[in-house]
Amino acid sequence: MASVDTTTNAGQLLAAASGGRRRLGDRVFSRTAVLAAVTILLLLAGVALFLLSEGFPALTASASELPGGKSFVDYVAPLAFGTVLAAGLAALVAVPLAVGVALFITHVAPPRIALTLGYLVDLLAAIPSIIYGLWGIFVLGPAAVPVMKWLEEHLGFIPIFEGPASVTGRTMLVAGLVLAVMILPIVSAVAREAFAQTPRKLQEGAQALGATRWEMIRMTVLPFGKSSVISGAMLGLGRALGETMAVTIILSVSGAVTFNLIGQANPSTIAANIALDFPESSGLAINALIATGLVLFAITLVTNMAARAVIARQNQE
Amino acid sequence: MESASHPVPASGGLRLASGGGSLPAWGTWAVLGGSAAATAAVLLATGAFTVALTLVFGTLLSAVVLYAWSRAVEGSRRAKDRLMTLAIATAFGLAMIPLFSLVFEVVKRGVPGLSWEFFSSDARGVVGGGGAAHAIVGTLVITGVAAVISVPIGIMAAIYLNEYGTGRLRRALTFFVDVMTGIPSIVAGLFAYALFELFLGPGIRLGVMGSVALSVLMIPIVIRSCEEVLKIVPNHLREAAYALGTPKWRTITKVVLPTAFAGIVTGVMIAIARIVGETAPLLVTTGVVDSMNSDPFNGRMQNLAVYAYNEYRSPGVMKQAAYDKAWAAALTLIAIVMVLNIAARFVYRRYKTEIR
Repeated sequence: MASVDTTTNAGQLLAAASGGRRRLGDRVFSRTAVLAAVTILLLLAGVALFLLSEGFPALTASASELPGGKSFVDYVAPLAFGTVLAAGLAALVAVPLAVGVALFITHVAPPRIALTLGYLVDLLAAIPSIIYGLWGIFVLGPAAVPVMKWLEEHLGFIPIFEGPASVTGRTMLVAGLVLAVMILPIVSAVAREAFAQTPRKLQEGAQALGATRWEMIRMTVLPFGKSSVISGAMLGLGRALGETMAVTIILSVSGAVTFNLIGQANPSTIAANIALDFPESSGLAINALIATGLVLFAITLVTNMAARAVIARQNQE
Repeated sequence: MESASHPVPASGGLRLASGGGSLPAWGTWAVLGGSAAATAAVLLATGAFTVALTLVFGTLLSAVVLYAWSRAVEGSRRAKDRLMTLAIATAFGLAMIPLFSLVFEVVKRGVPGLSWEFFSSDARGVVGGGGAAHAIVGTLVITGVAAVISVPIGIMAAIYLNEYGTGRLRRALTFFVDVMTGIPSIVAGLFAYALFELFLGPGIRLGVMGSVALSVLMIPIVIRSCEEVLKIVPNHLREAAYALGTPKWRTITKVVLPTAFAGIVTGVMIAIARIVGETAPLLVTTGVVDSMNSDPFNGRMQNLAVYAYNEYRSPGVMKQAAYDKAWAAALTLIAIVMVLNIAARFVYRRYKTEIR
């Protein structure tokens, strides 16, 4: 009885003695954490605000003051077209491939080496974009020249292979392929995670009913992972939309608006246009470039938020 | 492809269901090898032999042969299974081609440009020659300052999310960190430019501007990875600390963070590896320069990636020498990134706290 009293007293004394300091430490630390959180929100708001304030002069300027003597909408429209075309092409190539890669790692390869194979695919994401650009222009581009010539000769009746085929390899097709390689790891990582989480009982149930592995994949794994693949594809698309250096280096741009993927004249992308023109620009041209950056920011924001919305909805289910 | 070494659990039932026999264990490999050999022979005979064509037509031929053979022996369902397995394996093979080609080419083309001069001197006033020492110093300074900005903010924000956060601020932060991971790198660069231009006037180029741009890219990566490792620190450790009367902030700094330490270090290293090779945001913030500058608050700076880009873009009169240096810079960069990635994995395996 007495001992209980002592502990209580000691505890109260201890609390009274150190309570103030203790609360001070807690307060400082938790405020710092909140401050960091608020800083990040301010930073993001700052990105939008500063782009808006520096891009605004170009949005309101008359056509004659802007580079090329065009209104801002006429200036940004071909670039936005090129951006969407390059990213769309990349996603079109990367998504089926990424699904295949994810299935291979989760369901086909021996489990013993699956982890290592996954690591190899992730390495693709670690390589800096400048290196993809150099590889694209020095290696893939020249290698693609005969293929593009063949496409022009045999499939030239399809508008996208209309040609005349580029002899340098600096085409939308090559840029799109390089972008596809760059976004492949993102898409396949998302798909892989979903495929690996397919409930075992579904898979084993299918096999117990006599399904082959492909039938099991088609009937359980793919339906289960469908929304993940969609969100992964959109994340990859967002990455491809904003990717700069590979396109800057590879694409030979002319400002043309064309679906021809193998020709000499290609539309530029917003990001590549900024990287090419920014260092040599001044005055209102800078504002115009920042305004195009704002447009790019908006496009990627919408794409990413849509992807996150798909993920969020699927987490709820 | 692997079905021989990987028996499907219900294969007995399958064989009954399909009513026929099954291909021998070596069947798939024999078809692949045979098709490749046949394709190579035909291509050699017509004089059109290349490795790429052999692979393309060899794969197509083996798909046809495998499907036909399997369909005849095992029935259409097993045949389709084999065909799709081959397709899936081919997709993986296709994805690996760029990785190996890229690493091979970077090493092959990068080695000739490597020299003592490359690492020891800058390129000031040297026509066609000079090294990349200024770019290496620039890489270290720009990335270092970015890490100094991003790591404390990122870790504190992760602590907020995991230990303190409630309600709307937490939800907003989670959402906007996701948004932040999607910001294109060039947009981050434009933001840093717009920010500094407002205070320092147009045309400004500083090393620290690049660091601010890179921080925008790095912070969300740090938060995501730190949040992951803080999440797996078990609650009973925190509760034990509270039971001993430890205040919350001491619990976090003395119990939670040390437990998660290896994971945090790994996350930071991966984040650094992601930004160390950035080009686009630095092109608009730190500019291009030939001489040594280690002061991020004064004058232009450039990192290895911008150096490589500039050597490629304006090679000057000695074109091949400039291209060699661009590839040497690419090789150095890829080496840095790989070392960071591998070291990160090593740190995690070696020093992670075993939690029972």
